[in-house]
Amino acid sequence: MAPTPPSADQVKQAVSDLADKTQSSQAWNSIFRPGSIFRKGYNDSPRNRSYVIMNSVLYHLHPVKVKRHAVKVSYTLCLGGLSFFLFILLTVTGIFLMFFYRPTASAAYADMETLRSAVTFGLLVRNMHRWGAHLMVLSVFLHMARVFYHGAYKSPREFNWVIGVILLTLTLLLSFTGYLLPWDQLALWAVTVGTNMMGFTPVFGNEVRFVLLGGVEIGSDTLLRWYVLHVLMLPFVTVIFMAIHFWRVRKDGGISGPL
Amino acid sequence: MTEIPEHLLKRAQEARDRAAAKGDNADAATPAAASEPSPASAAAASKIPPHLLERAKAARERTAGTEVAAMAGAVAAAAPAGGAVATAGAAAPTGPGGHTQRLLTVVKSGSIQDVKSAPVDKVHVWPHLLVVEFVAALAVTAFLLIFSIFVNAPLLELADFNATPNPSKAPWYFLGLQELLTMFHPMVAGVTLPGFALILLILAPYLDKNPSNKPEKRKFAISLMTIHLMFWTVLVMIGSFFRGPGFNFVFPWEAGLFFEL
Repeated sequence: MAPTPPSADQVKQAVSDLADKTQSSQAWNSIFRPGSIFRKGYNDSPRNRSYVIMNSVLYHLHPVKVKRHAVKVSYTLCLGGLSFFLFILLTVTGIFLMFFYRPTASAAYADMETLRSAVTFGLLVRNMHRWGAHLMVLSVFLHMARVFYHGAYKSPREFNWVIGVILLTLTLLLSFTGYLLPWDQLALWAVTVGTNMMGFTPVFGNEVRFVLLGGVEIGSDTLLRWYVLHVLMLPFVTVIFMAIHFWRVRKDGGISGPL
Repeated sequence: MTEIPEHLLKRAQEARDRAAAKGDNADAATPAAASEPSPASAAAASKIPPHLLERAKAARERTAGTEVAAMAGAVAAAAPAGGAVATAGAAAPTGPGGHTQRLLTVVKSGSIQDVKSAPVDKVHVWPHLLVVEFVAALAVTAFLLIFSIFVNAPLLELADFNATPNPSKAPWYFLGLQELLTMFHPMVAGVTLPGFALILLILAPYLDKNPSNKPEKRKFAISLMTIHLMFWTVLVMIGSFFRGPGFNFVFPWEAGLFFEL
């Protein structure tokens, strides 16, 4: 006699028992901290809403509660947050691009062509990195304008405005150092024009240009120098200033306003 | 004497009014006892349980007795020393009207505690803010992805030191500076002016002493910034779209576009 197959109810019961057991296990509860929606008995309570923020390494950039007007999209237009998000997006796509790129005058351009034609999603990721970079320059600039027009740089936020201007400069430098890396005609001559301007710095103009180019003319040394600046040093400095920027937003009492 | 806060006075007045209204009602309900409300109706009107009323009454009678005794003692002690009156008075644990305790002072909040912040209307970050941020991030990702699928980033020929393109243009955000180069000495256009603008920008919060953030109260600051932003925007636009071979002025609809992102 063949064993009777379990009924639908029995299967449902077994699945729900298993889910119960998993959610009660020590391993599960050690991974999902209180306030996680994956916890057993999660419900939408003020306590759990606070835990969601407090128990997440990413979300606790935010306070548990913010002023009601601060969540209005029409006030911030999300510009600061989007600048940060674009920075993350550029980091992720940039890491992908680094796998297929060598910063030497003889290899860089060939690697770009390989990336476009032979690497899976290479063209798409390169496009996203380039357009994302232009978008970030734009969003950081608009964020600055928004902050100015709201008078949000006034006491006690003066110093955070200064950090913000530094971040704007760093964004421009990040974009400018990345401009050279494809090693095509556009990159070479745009950077030539740009660095020629810097050469007119009073008193030590030639020295500034020499240090930036790693020589008297743009060449392989410049490429390596700007590559290291672009993928390591400038992002490193930017992350430090962003940390101070976000921390000061909270220390200075959250975002400004309402008007 | 310390001033009693308004809300306490108000509360007391309300309680008195309520008690008076209740008394009137009780009087109207029992016209027979109009002259002297019976203990029963008084007990019914007040919320104090009868056994406590009994106890209070007994205490009042007892203290009335001691007060008389104390008064007699004070009179007797008044002859030897004036200071004795005060001690005798302090010894009696009663106040006027037979109350065993009385209000000495009311400490208003703010006189001892320094309350600096008024309560503000707040909402939970989850879900109110995180949802907005998530949707914004998703929208930008979608826009960037779709745009990147359809529009390729430029990649020209291999870099060649011997073939200078005409015109040679800086990245778009530096085209305002390049535009200035056509008008001023390179040191002024490339370093002095942008450096000056950057320093002014950094110093903005320290130069702007106006404490208001209302647009109508900071017309000067807003005008100045708008002119500043428009100045660079217009220069970047001219440099991007209206400059052709030799960096000469051209109309893009006649000579074509000399611009790569």
